[in-house]
Amino acid sequence: MFRYALRRFLGALPTLFIIVTLAFFMMRAAPGGPFDSQRKLPPEIEHNIEVAYNLDKPLIVQYGIYLGRLARGDLGPSYKNKDFTVAQLIGIGLPVSVRLGLSAMTLALFLGVLLGVWAALCQNRWQDYSVMALAMAAITIPTFVTAPLLALIFGVYGIHVFGQEFYLPVGGWNGGALPNMVLPVITLALPQIAIIARLTRGSMIEVMRSNYIRTARAKGLSGEMVVWRHALRAALLPLVSYLGPAVAGILTGSLIVEQIFGVPGIGRYFIQAALNRDYTLVMGVVICYAALIIALNFLADILYGLLDPRVRLT
Amino acid sequence: MSWAGHSGRKAETLERAFVGRSLWADARARLFRNRAAVASMIVLAIITLMAIFAPLFSHYAYDAVDYDLVTCAPSWWPGDAACFAGGTHWFGTDAVGRDLFVRVLYGARVSLAVGVVATLVSLVIGVLYGATAGYLGGRVDALMMRAVDILYSLPFIFFVIILMVMFDRNFILLFVAIGAVVWLTMARIVRGQTLSAKQKEYIEAARAAGVSPFGIIVRHIIPNVVGPVVVYVTLTVPDVILTESFLSFLGLGIQEPLTSWGVLISDGANTMESAPWLLVFPALFMAVTLFCFNFIGDGLRDALDPKDY
Amino acid sequence: MALLEIRDLDVRFSTRDGEVHAVKGVSLDIHEGTCLGVVGESGSGKSQLFLAAMGLLAANGKVSGSVRYRGKELLGLPAQELNQFRGSKVTMIFQDPLTSLTPHMTVGAQIVEALTSHRKMPREEARARAREMLDYVRIPEAARRMKQYPHELSGGMRQRVMIAMATIAGPDLVIADEPTTALDVTVQAQILEILRALKIEKRTALALISHDMGVIAGNADQVMVMRHGEVVERGTVESVFHAPEQDYTKMLLASMPRLSDPVHLATRPGEMLLEVKDVRVTFPVKGDGFFAKTRALRAVDGVSFTLRAGETLGVVGESGCGKSTLARAVMQLIPPSAGHPKGEVLWLGRDLTRARQNDIRAARKDFQIVFQDPLASLDPRMPIGVSIAEPLKTLEPGRARTEVRDRVRKMMAHVGLDPQWINRYPHELSGGQNQRVGIARAMIVRPKMVICDEAVSALDVSIQAQIVALIKSLQAETGLALIFISHDLAVVRQLSHRVMVLYLGRVVETADAAALYADPRHPYTRALLSAVPTPDPDVERGKTRTLLTGDLPSPLDSRAQLTFLKSRRIDDPDAMQYRPKLIEVAQGHFVAEHD
Repeated sequence: MFRYALRRFLGALPTLFIIVTLAFFMMRAAPGGPFDSQRKLPPEIEHNIEVAYNLDKPLIVQYGIYLGRLARGDLGPSYKNKDFTVAQLIGIGLPVSVRLGLSAMTLALFLGVLLGVWAALCQNRWQDYSVMALAMAAITIPTFVTAPLLALIFGVYGIHVFGQEFYLPVGGWNGGALPNMVLPVITLALPQIAIIARLTRGSMIEVMRSNYIRTARAKGLSGEMVVWRHALRAALLPLVSYLGPAVAGILTGSLIVEQIFGVPGIGRYFIQAALNRDYTLVMGVVICYAALIIALNFLADILYGLLDPRVRLT
Repeated sequence: MSWAGHSGRKAETLERAFVGRSLWADARARLFRNRAAVASMIVLAIITLMAIFAPLFSHYAYDAVDYDLVTCAPSWWPGDAACFAGGTHWFGTDAVGRDLFVRVLYGARVSLAVGVVATLVSLVIGVLYGATAGYLGGRVDALMMRAVDILYSLPFIFFVIILMVMFDRNFILLFVAIGAVVWLTMARIVRGQTLSAKQKEYIEAARAAGVSPFGIIVRHIIPNVVGPVVVYVTLTVPDVILTESFLSFLGLGIQEPLTSWGVLISDGANTMESAPWLLVFPALFMAVTLFCFNFIGDGLRDALDPKDY
Repeated sequence: MALLEIRDLDVRFSTRDGEVHAVKGVSLDIHEGTCLGVVGESGSGKSQLFLAAMGLLAANGKVSGSVRYRGKELLGLPAQELNQFRGSKVTMIFQDPLTSLTPHMTVGAQIVEALTSHRKMPREEARARAREMLDYVRIPEAARRMKQYPHELSGGMRQRVMIAMATIAGPDLVIADEPTTALDVTVQAQILEILRALKIEKRTALALISHDMGVIAGNADQVMVMRHGEVVERGTVESVFHAPEQDYTKMLLASMPRLSDPVHLATRPGEMLLEVKDVRVTFPVKGDGFFAKTRALRAVDGVSFTLRAGETLGVVGESGCGKSTLARAVMQLIPPSAGHPKGEVLWLGRDLTRARQNDIRAARKDFQIVFQDPLASLDPRMPIGVSIAEPLKTLEPGRARTEVRDRVRKMMAHVGLDPQWINRYPHELSGGQNQRVGIARAMIVRPKMVICDEAVSALDVSIQAQIVALIKSLQAETGLALIFISHDLAVVRQLSHRVMVLYLGRVVETADAAALYADPRHPYTRALLSAVPTPDPDVERGKTRTLLTGDLPSPLDSRAQLTFLKSRRIDDPDAMQYRPKLIEVAQGHFVAEHD
């Protein structure tokens, strides 16, 4: 098991390296520089600025300098927000984004698996059809529609229950207070709940048809025992493979959710940074996200190895 | 054994000789028995036709601005907000007075085009890459799939965004960029299918019969790989359309005055409260189209690989 | 009162292509301590019958009728009540032990679960009982095995685990659904031995389902023959086997080849066609672990033989003996990168291993191969006419299309297929018909030699007899040479002039067929012969069995080669071991050295 984990870990490092390299060269290849949009400066000052930011050196050298700084944990200064270094900006935004993303992922896994298993066990009955229909709807309606929709329903019009009116805040993070988290987390989680539910349902149906489930039933085990001990673990395997893309999906969705609900995470920085050619900030965000995804893929691999003993020996 | 002597029965026997229910015929029959899939195909055909012949449906140009009729509700809507002056606007008008109906149809053109073209791009790349890896096997396959694994873990949308920013929102590039994101899963599926087809005994039988490797690929592997690929293609198109809408929302997709459903929806989402029709109609069209593709894809999957219960 | 009484059991499935009536009103009794053998070919409904009785039908199945266990009606019981009986009083074991055991639970946990779900018992006691069961079914090192996962055990051991699981709760009735079909013949004999012991020592009733008449003959007290969902004949094992009344039963009994049948071989060996000298095929296998070495799996380890025109060489052995790999090596179907084939293969004097690709392709006209699984060896998307024509179009290009079609039609008629089916697809034909297509495809280029790689093993016994007869008649007509590979000694005997027995890639005995069957010398050959089930209850019961202990060893373990020559064995799995030599004990009869 340890060897398997080690192999997976060593495989992850080159991936990170490639991502950094790709992002670096892509950003640099784009026309325009970080200071173009500002007032035209006298050539000497422009030159000084370039030297200060190492922009006059050949690309390869800039790459080397960047890698060197990276190894020391120095992500460089933000070209646009001159009062902050990239590391500081990320330090402010990352915890928020992580909290948002993690909550959404947990919710998605929990609800998705529950709904998927339920639908599978009631296959082709009304429970199954309704869950699958809802899932389909949640997947095809884009996040930037559900976000304002939910905001409208819960924030502006409110819910009227038992003569009381309930509102949920639609803007601002308020340091991550629970009421502020509800809408963004649900919006972010919705498409993933749907995908996970569909995946789990399909996988569960496959597993329930297999020979070893038949043996378990022949042994006289109760229905719950058959599902929980024998079926579930095998049915969750494809889900573990999906974890990586799931996290990527949540990261992508967070770009929208942070913008619409005013959540101060690093997603908001990213677009602006790309548009403004703020090289270092873009790189910083990309590296952050990539490291997160890679780390999660690694965890998913470990989880897979734990769940399926056959894989450990290969 | 010659049939010449049986002229009387010749017609009958000739006819019976052509009996043979291929797997494709079986699958087609199953597909057409799937009512959701058939309905979806009809609806999709209607929407496509409407998109192609859009100008015939309305005498408004999609970019005809009319400042007198700004943000009107659809003509048939009861109440003050409806656009009574200046003709019928079935879906109402937008913030600069453009007819929404025509814009939805033009948006259909763009969204469907992006969906199909990007999917085709990913199909070509994915099939070539996956089939090569699958057929060659061994180290080459391991290396190629490792590359795919690495690419999979990239936050790809970020690279698309960087690309779009880099090349200043070029329309053609949009297709390529989205296609470049989506080909990965296609490659994996094609490679998986090729690998499993390669191991089948009938491939060995063909080799024993002396068929060349090229002959084997063309005659035996490709026909057997096409099925799942077709299923995946129909399921990729909705993905692409959604990705385009996401990019449009961020301001990186289709640029004015061209429009797509994504642009229309993201604009409409902003005025959800005051002018709901700006959101509802394009969202409805897009949702229906996506549903149709999904139903067809599921129907194809069931038709090609039926499981009875 | 019988232990189990089934009355008018009827099972229907609603499928996409209509309703399937699998079991049509079957009734039977099983008495305590007896064994009911249920015989039938595929599609007879024998498995569905008992699955329905146990409440294990698939979701689209409907069952009606009555199933009484000691008078208590089981059919229609809610799951909770049914589970009082299912798994404790009436248990079931299945055909494929690999897919029938839960892959992510240890073997020990699964056995313990079979006990604790029916009886309250402290964990330690349950584990001790499980270990006892493993000893009872003769799994060595029971304590260590308890912690292993199913995929770490061999096929025979997995089936023993299934038996342990099914008997630990002390059932009155064990239903065994084709328990040995997926196993090698020597392992089969051991498993059947365990089942017999169960019946005698623990007075457990058995329902033994099988398509193999020999297995039934040796183990059943009562027999029931099924066909298309109905019972065709029933009676005591003596009456059914010695005095069958129904034509179908007679046909089944006649189709099964016996070692005592007289054999008529139509052809005489002629000129030398094939000389195989010291062929070796090694596959690299990755070991486990991070820095593991690749080890060499010697699938074929120095095999030599000759073949003359009109001669049939039977190649016999169990799984892992390398017989299929040998066939492919001879046919030059193993790419050098995959298997590193070595040795010489001389066809009509020319060494194929050193020939160029074009020459090999030209030579393919002379030798063809028929595969084991008829459906898998035909491209499902091509009509059978096109499949049959493929070798002809490739190896004799330039023939007019009408001529090709004519030859295909002639060939189809020749092998017993209706030529009008030329445009049909494999999934529209039965297994036997598809195998005829495979034979037509092999024969259409008029080869001098055909290799039949387990060509009849996947077929029902009645069809098997027809295909064997077909092959024999084709050989008589064309004088072709045959290499007939099979694990079934009885079938091999019907066709072969000479027989070669393989064990883990090496020849252990080779002789004229008559000599081999009359006077087998090597202990492995003797064990194989004694394990072959004969459809005659008296013979089966009276047989003294030479049983091998344990399962087939792993070919990666170098000690495995000297299983029969333990006196010379070095006890290190990686050491170079002594190579037993082949000794000529009689004219043309070679035997490997053994203890």
